[in-house]
Amino acid sequence: MADVTRRKLLSWTAMAPLAGAAVAGTTGKNTPHQAAPTVSELARQRIQRLHLPNVPLLTHEGKQVMFYDDLVKDKAVSLNFFFTKCDEICPMVMANLANVQKLLGADVGTKIFMYSFTLKPEEDDVEVIRRYRQSLNAKPGWTYLTGKPADMEQIRRGIGFTYPDPAIDKDKTQHIGNVRYGNEPLMLWGACPGMAKVSFVAESISWMYNLDRPGPGIRQP
Amino acid sequence: MYYNVFGEKVSRRRFKEMCDAAKNRRELIAAGLTSRRDLLRMGLLTAGGMLVAKSGLSARAQITTVKPPSGAGTNSPGTNQNCIPGNQLGSPQTTPFINPLNIVPVARSVSSLSPAPTLDPNTAAGEVRAAAFQAPQIDPHRFPVVPGRLYQFNQRQFSHNFNPHDPLGTLGNQTVWGFDDNSGRGTQSPGYVYQAHYGVPQLTRNINSLPATNQVNNTGFGMPQVSTHLHNAHTPSESDGNPCDFYPSGKFCDQYYPNVLAGFNSTNQPNGDINESLSTLWYHDHRVDFTSQNTYKGLAGFYLLFNEFDTGNETTGFRLPSFVPNAPDSMHTFDIPLVFADRVFDASSGQLVFDLFNLDGILGDKFVVNGTIQPFANVGARRYRFRLLNTGPSRFYEFFLTGNIGGSGNPTTNPFWLLATDGNLLPKPIQVTSVRIGPAERVDILIDFSAFPSNSTVYLENRLNQLNGQGPTAVDSGPAPGVFGPQNSSSTECTANGLSANGAILPPNFNNGANLIIKFNVQQPITDNSLPPQQLRFYSLPDTTATPRITRTFKFDRLNGQWSINGQFMDCGYGNGGTGGESTETFRFQVQQNSVEHWLLTNLTGDWTHPVHIHLEEHQILSRNRAPITPGNALSVPTDLGRKDVTQLHPNERVELFFRFRDWLGKYPIHCHNVVHEDHAMMALWHVQPQGDNVLVP
Repeated sequence: MADVTRRKLLSWTAMAPLAGAAVAGTTGKNTPHQAAPTVSELARQRIQRLHLPNVPLLTHEGKQVMFYDDLVKDKAVSLNFFFTKCDEICPMVMANLANVQKLLGADVGTKIFMYSFTLKPEEDDVEVIRRYRQSLNAKPGWTYLTGKPADMEQIRRGIGFTYPDPAIDKDKTQHIGNVRYGNEPLMLWGACPGMAKVSFVAESISWMYNLDRPGPGIRQP
Repeated sequence: MYYNVFGEKVSRRRFKEMCDAAKNRRELIAAGLTSRRDLLRMGLLTAGGMLVAKSGLSARAQITTVKPPSGAGTNSPGTNQNCIPGNQLGSPQTTPFINPLNIVPVARSVSSLSPAPTLDPNTAAGEVRAAAFQAPQIDPHRFPVVPGRLYQFNQRQFSHNFNPHDPLGTLGNQTVWGFDDNSGRGTQSPGYVYQAHYGVPQLTRNINSLPATNQVNNTGFGMPQVSTHLHNAHTPSESDGNPCDFYPSGKFCDQYYPNVLAGFNSTNQPNGDINESLSTLWYHDHRVDFTSQNTYKGLAGFYLLFNEFDTGNETTGFRLPSFVPNAPDSMHTFDIPLVFADRVFDASSGQLVFDLFNLDGILGDKFVVNGTIQPFANVGARRYRFRLLNTGPSRFYEFFLTGNIGGSGNPTTNPFWLLATDGNLLPKPIQVTSVRIGPAERVDILIDFSAFPSNSTVYLENRLNQLNGQGPTAVDSGPAPGVFGPQNSSSTECTANGLSANGAILPPNFNNGANLIIKFNVQQPITDNSLPPQQLRFYSLPDTTATPRITRTFKFDRLNGQWSINGQFMDCGYGNGGTGGESTETFRFQVQQNSVEHWLLTNLTGDWTHPVHIHLEEHQILSRNRAPITPGNALSVPTDLGRKDVTQLHPNERVELFFRFRDWLGKYPIHCHNVVHEDHAMMALWHVQPQGDNVLVP
């Protein structure tokens, strides 16, 4: 993360036990001796509770990780969904993201972490996503993930990649092609189309760690 | 005659098939998602089958259990989607009508700015601006670089209570964002009202004094980088507040508002076309991808423009009810701007919340007016002008004037007068019993409270049934050509929740008055020097018969959840996009300065409604699905008849707009003003140059 953010993150470590308490189902609200969580802390816990489930996943290297604790907590991230046999939009989105990684260069894996989740974990096991990742020439810092179908579904619902119409929502060929980007400790979250121009997807994701840069419309080329 | 979405004629049978197909899909939604059993289990249905009464006209009104920690299989996390039990979040109860309507104070100018504004952006002093001011280069005497009226607005974080003195005490103080005009009166949201005048150019230094981006420490949403758009104004592009021109805390942008009529440097020199006069404008943050969060957090306010006819004084000009700056309450000013916003508060903490992960549109279940939930207003028995602004994020309203609540007999529906649509007075007032406005739209209305007995009460009520970000329910019900659907047809969508069974327009006083937004307590008569609405005549509508240089098509669509215009997505590019003719690939097309164009907006998203906003120039609606919009056409709704800057693009509709792009050069956007759609790329940048291009489908 950028220096400024890293400094900020130090202060966040103080609230980690509190976040843990929320995950365990108690907020500590009824315990008079415990300091009441601040509005910011409550907001962060709420986002975690509703949108960033701490479910177990497997990386393309077969390593077990927890979605919230290991992948997004205290980080700037990009999140999107794919499946390897998808022949509609995933190839375009994933090829776009490969170019985004090239544009962002060494920032990926240091300032920002890219994650892609399979929509069809029953087909896409560790070996399948590893090979798919290889075919896209992904570099370190861009992790592909699979897991139990119910857990993948929780993440998909959590980050809002759903349709209001359940008939469409079940149709994986119409799955949401957006890329969610965020800075978890700062509670900054947005999304852009995965099929947008590579330069603008990269620009949008970089907002999550280039925190003091004016907009592209007023930057000199 | 029946038409499909492409404006092609289809048979009556084919049209019915189209409607049936849409209906079947909605039934599938209902059947697949909600069941009576589910609702009973959740305690949301009474034995009689009615939805348990909750506050607010919203899917979220079905208050729900707070999500357990992640990992519990039966309760998946999620975003707010329609009709999905368990994913809807409701606000805690609040007490209505305990706070008086806030009369937002008028902004005070400052005597000077330090450093003084400069023609070119003063980057050394921390200014960020896309280009040099255009107006002083056209006429430095009329538009001096440092005009006579200067404002300094600091955008700041502050603490605000949406319902003070509520005995329920469910909502605490909130951390929100607003504007400080440096008059010593503090930070306000809605922001201070600009009282601007044609012929008096002004400049605002918009300083970002929000917390630094790396110290947001916020309540869970909001991006402290800003670009302030003056919505509906005929503004040179460098001062328009372009979404790509945002800047972080510590920087500022000087924004030059010439307050000049369209045509001043082209069709109607030197003063412009009086029939293009604007009155009710607003300003709001436009930071690309984060506009919904930042406006939800409070960065919005009114900008009122007056001239020799619309004077703000009821003894002169058109003699509309008087605008009295900084009046203490609604008994002392008779022209009252009203900012409507629907909001949600966390059920346990009472904190203002925003669904960061929603792609469709967000509905709140608390109706906020000028910063207060469901206020009351004491009014004299006389005529009032109200300027209604819907700041969204995604809700459409249909306002009624409801009387006789709680008395014997049924509630009454009372007529009022429509004066203006968006920023523009109509040729003359039109008497109506309701008016519908979508996000970013405005209407000026005139209510004559002398029609009610003293000491009676009457309410401004929203009776429009909306369940999700798609738009009001009736538009789902098989649109007739030229209009947006029969108003009392019922939608099958989400039938189990009890709201939709009532159709698009809910009965008065529905759900124990949950949709009553302002309570007017009618007092004794007050002297009224304004003219009766029957006698009022305003401006003529500009002529729309000129032949367009080009007719462009804009198809609003959704591709795998990605909101698009003509299959493409918002792109800020990397160029500086100034006015000197730099052409970066950011711009999707090039409008010729001082030319006429027709734009065809086509809705390919089925049963969604998109409030489409175009910067720089207003437009007039020529037709909806080829049915002409004219005063004589019974299918034309009154709000379509005037000049507009936002047009509702209804389901399966094609709308034809007339534009005359005048005077200024540079970059502007077209976008959906359901700000959640806008933030997810349903926007395109274009620019005005001396030479136009011929891109038909940009």
